[in-house]
Amino acid sequence: MKPFLTLLRIELRLSLRNLNMTIFAVLLPLAVLTVLGLLSGSLPAADGAAYTVLERSFGALCCISICAGGLMGLPLVVSDYRERKILKRFQVTPVSPAKLLFAELAVYALYCAASMLTLFPAAVFFGGLRFPGSLPRFLGSWLLTMVSTLSVGLLVGGLAKNAKTASTIACCLYFPMLIFSGATLPLELMPLPLQKIVCVFPLAQGIRLMQAAFLGIPLDRPWLPVSVMGAVTLVCSGVSVACFKWE
Amino acid sequence: MQTILKVERLSKSYGDLLAVDNVSLSLNRGAIYGLLGANGAGKSTTIECILGTKDADGGAVTVLGCDPKKDRRRLFQKVGVQFQTGGYPPEIRVSELCEQTACLYRSPADWQALCGQFGIGGKIGHAVQDLSGGERQRLFIVLALLPNPELVFLDEVTTSLDANARRAVWKLLSARKRAGLAILLTSHFMDEVEALCDEICILRKGKAVFQGTVEEAKAASRCERFEDAYLALSGEGGDTE
Repeated sequence: MKPFLTLLRIELRLSLRNLNMTIFAVLLPLAVLTVLGLLSGSLPAADGAAYTVLERSFGALCCISICAGGLMGLPLVVSDYRERKILKRFQVTPVSPAKLLFAELAVYALYCAASMLTLFPAAVFFGGLRFPGSLPRFLGSWLLTMVSTLSVGLLVGGLAKNAKTASTIACCLYFPMLIFSGATLPLELMPLPLQKIVCVFPLAQGIRLMQAAFLGIPLDRPWLPVSVMGAVTLVCSGVSVACFKWE
Repeated sequence: MQTILKVERLSKSYGDLLAVDNVSLSLNRGAIYGLLGANGAGKSTTIECILGTKDADGGAVTVLGCDPKKDRRRLFQKVGVQFQTGGYPPEIRVSELCEQTACLYRSPADWQALCGQFGIGGKIGHAVQDLSGGERQRLFIVLALLPNPELVFLDEVTTSLDANARRAVWKLLSARKRAGLAILLTSHFMDEVEALCDEICILRKGKAVFQGTVEEAKAASRCERFEDAYLALSGEGGDTE
């Protein structure tokens, strides 16, 4: 356990030293929260709805950091480490690929947690956010959404030939997911056909799950997003460890 | 004498280029083996095939009784490696790189003491990228020695060091050799090879064209100076052979 924590501590410190993730995973969600709050935060989400726009969007706001970490930060750091021959240096030490990848994943999980823990008080104090739903259900859906998205990042970083390929793939995943899966633009504002297309994004499923858990409303067929995200996690993390390339 | 490394008929090619051609060598505990040759002669590829970081096309490698590819995690508890170019994250500090590497081993050496011995004790708080070439090179030797290894691979061990630092590194390596450490090194400095190596192998286009001691190399090439012997044997001196 101690080697893992040392790896995690140093990787986290390195990541904090370059401010990318602090900006994209912690400050950006707060900025989106501010804009949303100023525009329509405390208005009811729909005519006669018992919850506000902000309350409906809280889960989606938590996904901005998940997107940034899983679809940008994580794949880029792993492929960059490969390109800089840092992984090659690790290859001639006793460390296992699983431990290395898991330490990197944990760094981004901490950013996601930091984002949620800053968004919540900010939304409560400045947007009058109430939390009518179930905390365990919300945390469970958040964890599943995060782990499944981060595992996609591991797969991209683990298998991409070089940092350039990884960054291309990362961009192709990050921007559509960030914009269209409801993380920044509420899904409900999109035209219906687009909403249907977007439903295939695992992140969109995660956001639906988190939204329902946050608002405390029952979800039609909840096992579907849960099993999709669970399967994505298992397959992506399994393949990224099994097919890990040091060089 | 206990054999620590045994390489038999190792071969590796890149496409049509035969980079390592049927090379065999063995290394005992407490001995230093020098792998010599011009740039591109196959030294680094040989080392990488031994370590298992590259797949050999043929041959057998046993390191400390292990197969480096199958027993990677067990083997590298006891084997240290300094690559010609060691990668590190751009903003990492010396202390962080040492700590991070040390934490991977069951019983690592005291990295602060090692940094002190290698003359970079005052640089612990510096960013690795801000070190001079020589300091960085010494840092990577320190990292290779962190596992308290029984065998260490040093690729171009003193390339960017000044004369003084090279002598200091020789001294430190010789002391460790006396304590039982086996070293496989590559070098382009023949004075270094003469001072350190018990046995050498000269590679030429992937083939081992000479294996033996420095004295035997001089005798075989009828040269008084080892550098001349090396140039004659390696073909670097304009193919006079």
